[in-house]
Amino acid sequence: MSPIILLLLAFGLGLAGWLAARARAWTFKRDAVNGRIAALPNYHAWYVALWIVIPVVMFIALWSAIAPQLVTQTVLSSPAAAELPAFGFQRDSIMSEARAVAGGSARAVFNEEAAALVEPYKQAITRYNIIGVLSTLVIAFLTGVWSFLRVKPDFAARTRVERAVMVILLLASLVAILTTLGIAVSLVFETVRFFGMVSPIDFLFGTQWGPDPMSNPDNPDGSRYGAIPLFWGTIYIGAIIAMIVAIPLGLMSAIYLTQYADPRVRSWVKPALEILAGVPTVVYGYFAALTVAPAIRDWAQAIGISNASSESALAAGLVMGVMIIPFVSSMADDSIAAVPQAMRDGSLAMGATRSETIRRVLVPAALPGIVAGVMLAVSRAIGETMIVVMAAGAAANLTGNPLEAMTTVTFQIVAMLTGEGSFDHPATLAAFALGFVLFVVTLGLNFIALRVVKRFREAYE
Amino acid sequence: MSERIAPTRTPAFEARLKKRYAAERRFKLAGLGAILFSVAVLAFLLITMTINGIGGFQRAEMNVAIDFTEAGLSGDQTTLSQIGAVQVLEAQGLPATVEYFAEQQLGEAGGAEISTSAWRQVADEIIDDPSILQREETFSLPASPDLAAGLSGEGSDEMKALAAQLSAQGKLETKLDLGFLERADATDPQEVGIWGALKGSMLTMIVTLLLAFPIGVMAALYLEEYAPKNRWTDVIEVSINNLAAVPSIIFGLLGLAVFLWLFPNMRSAPLIGGMTLALMTMPVIVISGRNAIKAVPPSIRDGALAIGASKVQVVFHHVLPLALPGILTGTIIGMARALGETAPLLMIGMRAFVATPPDGFTSPATVLPVQIFLWSDEIDRGFVERTSAAIIVLLVFLLLMNGLAIYLRNRFEKKW
Repeated sequence: MSPIILLLLAFGLGLAGWLAARARAWTFKRDAVNGRIAALPNYHAWYVALWIVIPVVMFIALWSAIAPQLVTQTVLSSPAAAELPAFGFQRDSIMSEARAVAGGSARAVFNEEAAALVEPYKQAITRYNIIGVLSTLVIAFLTGVWSFLRVKPDFAARTRVERAVMVILLLASLVAILTTLGIAVSLVFETVRFFGMVSPIDFLFGTQWGPDPMSNPDNPDGSRYGAIPLFWGTIYIGAIIAMIVAIPLGLMSAIYLTQYADPRVRSWVKPALEILAGVPTVVYGYFAALTVAPAIRDWAQAIGISNASSESALAAGLVMGVMIIPFVSSMADDSIAAVPQAMRDGSLAMGATRSETIRRVLVPAALPGIVAGVMLAVSRAIGETMIVVMAAGAAANLTGNPLEAMTTVTFQIVAMLTGEGSFDHPATLAAFALGFVLFVVTLGLNFIALRVVKRFREAYE
Repeated sequence: MSERIAPTRTPAFEARLKKRYAAERRFKLAGLGAILFSVAVLAFLLITMTINGIGGFQRAEMNVAIDFTEAGLSGDQTTLSQIGAVQVLEAQGLPATVEYFAEQQLGEAGGAEISTSAWRQVADEIIDDPSILQREETFSLPASPDLAAGLSGEGSDEMKALAAQLSAQGKLETKLDLGFLERADATDPQEVGIWGALKGSMLTMIVTLLLAFPIGVMAALYLEEYAPKNRWTDVIEVSINNLAAVPSIIFGLLGLAVFLWLFPNMRSAPLIGGMTLALMTMPVIVISGRNAIKAVPPSIRDGALAIGASKVQVVFHHVLPLALPGILTGTIIGMARALGETAPLLMIGMRAFVATPPDGFTSPATVLPVQIFLWSDEIDRGFVERTSAAIIVLLVFLLLMNGLAIYLRNRFEKKW
């Protein structure tokens, strides 16, 4: 029985409880002396429905986690399972095949040995389905009857329902903390395992990167896990090349749009810039790999650089810069708009031209906000994955030549985790260590940037 | 008596003024240039994709007439409506029949260049209409990738010559391939389709929406309306703001380490993908939801409280309905971002080759952006156009979603 059907059953039972409690509350209300009871009938109905649905859903979550194990155990204890190979891949494949046939998702067994297991599987699945449905019904009946009996004319159902609503709202907002904790714990856990195999000093300060996922996992070669080339590639592409493109273009377009442009032009150009931000990164990556990178290679060969590669840091950085333009532009827009009008008016009244006002008054006054915006842009650029995966290359080069292939932290995370290596291999775990570094750096940049913005806002209020 | 000039209008001043005005013009031009550059890049990107993509909605097809009265295939409505009819037709020798007629009409070289799975298309048409088996019917069958490359002027000289010869005879032509929107992934660029990835994307988005929307809205309501001002609330707020800025690939690592550890059998299932993207989308919904809730004027809350509504009633009867358009706008924008997201889904294994559209939330699937990434890695020239066509499909969906968000914002948002 799939959990979805059980869930539908739970909601059906909840609806039944809702209707029954509502009807009962209405009879109380009719019989009451002045036609009033302690809560509206709908609240009595919700009280019973919540008492049915919440315990049942909790049971279903638990049941769908343990039922498959129970089925497997029952099948293994059946006489047909005695013929199975002791353990290993073959045993698993036979069992999953038999399970698929018994569950109806496959038509016939491919493997002869699985045929004998189909019948035990069918029996076990039917048995546990019946147990599951029956327990659902029993739980719903018990909680439903208990709460239904509490529906009385003087029962303050609304207070109870509202308290439950508040708890649910609080739990929903705790999901954010849980997610943050989940990220932190899983990254730290895997990183610690990685540092148990490779020394943190080798990782953070080594200059050779080339983990071999096929090597012996018990004795990793620490000198192959030096992440400096990755950090350099990330900074070079994301924080240098991309920013050389994005800062002037983003800042100038923000200035033009807020200070010079006609409102009608602004109402067309601003959404166009927003489209630039909404294009998926995989499209930018494809554009970089298919159009920009070959163009740069041809151009480099034309000016006499013969060894220009078709994957270059420059191509990835340029396209990433274009992607970041709207981001920088909107941050600069906000900070310039936050500068008090009086400052601009004063400068213009002294006879400064508009560009002088912008350069000497507005931009310096908005500088903290602009710097914070640039920091946020950098944190977005260094976490960007698809453009570098598709255009920057896999070679870990520690060089300043933008025409060479370079690799980044995000590229290596993808490469290590989509490869063939096992989950316990240091090469795979290295991806988590890289992810941890990325997480800490972006979080730090954001934290500082948000504080700068906050203080900057306060300064002008 | 000499002519009097204003003391400020000295020649030096005039020269300086001229320079300052020139600087002003240069500055303004630089601003205009920055904007024009950005818009030009956007236009160039979209135009390149469109031009390449138009080719992706077409393919080289060859006309083959098959006379089934000679072929000796049998079958009727009942046998062909059963599961496995394709296998029945295969066993009766349909592939050989198709090959035979192709060679008869296109010559030996031309017949060899019909796509190896062309007979499946014939089989599908027979299953749709078994009466074909009693007559002669002309099919438009896909050519092999080599011949298709030859037709578009690439590939080997041999193929170019053959393509020129066949198209001169009117037997080989480029046709609109609407099947691209109905098929799933394949190894042959002539046979691929986008429907499998599109369906995977839709299933993933359904999971994302079902999880992120209720949780996001409830969290926004709690933080904006009920949360006491204390340290816990600060922690929640800080973690939501930080989650909104965490790189998407980190969410992929979380999905890999936590969700795939909890559900090891669901690698590359839309359920896991949707859960991962939901965690990424939820902060966006919370932040935009809080802004929408903040925009509802306090007088509405005060009015409701004054006539005796409880705090929960105030929020659910008055504030939430008024804030809903704003929340929905933010949700659609967040969903559009999730739809274009690739990296976290690569992490949780949605990069497998999936040749049939997924039939549920737990079956292996791929999504549109990942499909684009996978096709962009293919060496075959035919995939370049297919990739651009897939990008067009993705951009059309994003455009529709953003258009809907803008419509909602303009239609329902109130200025108080």
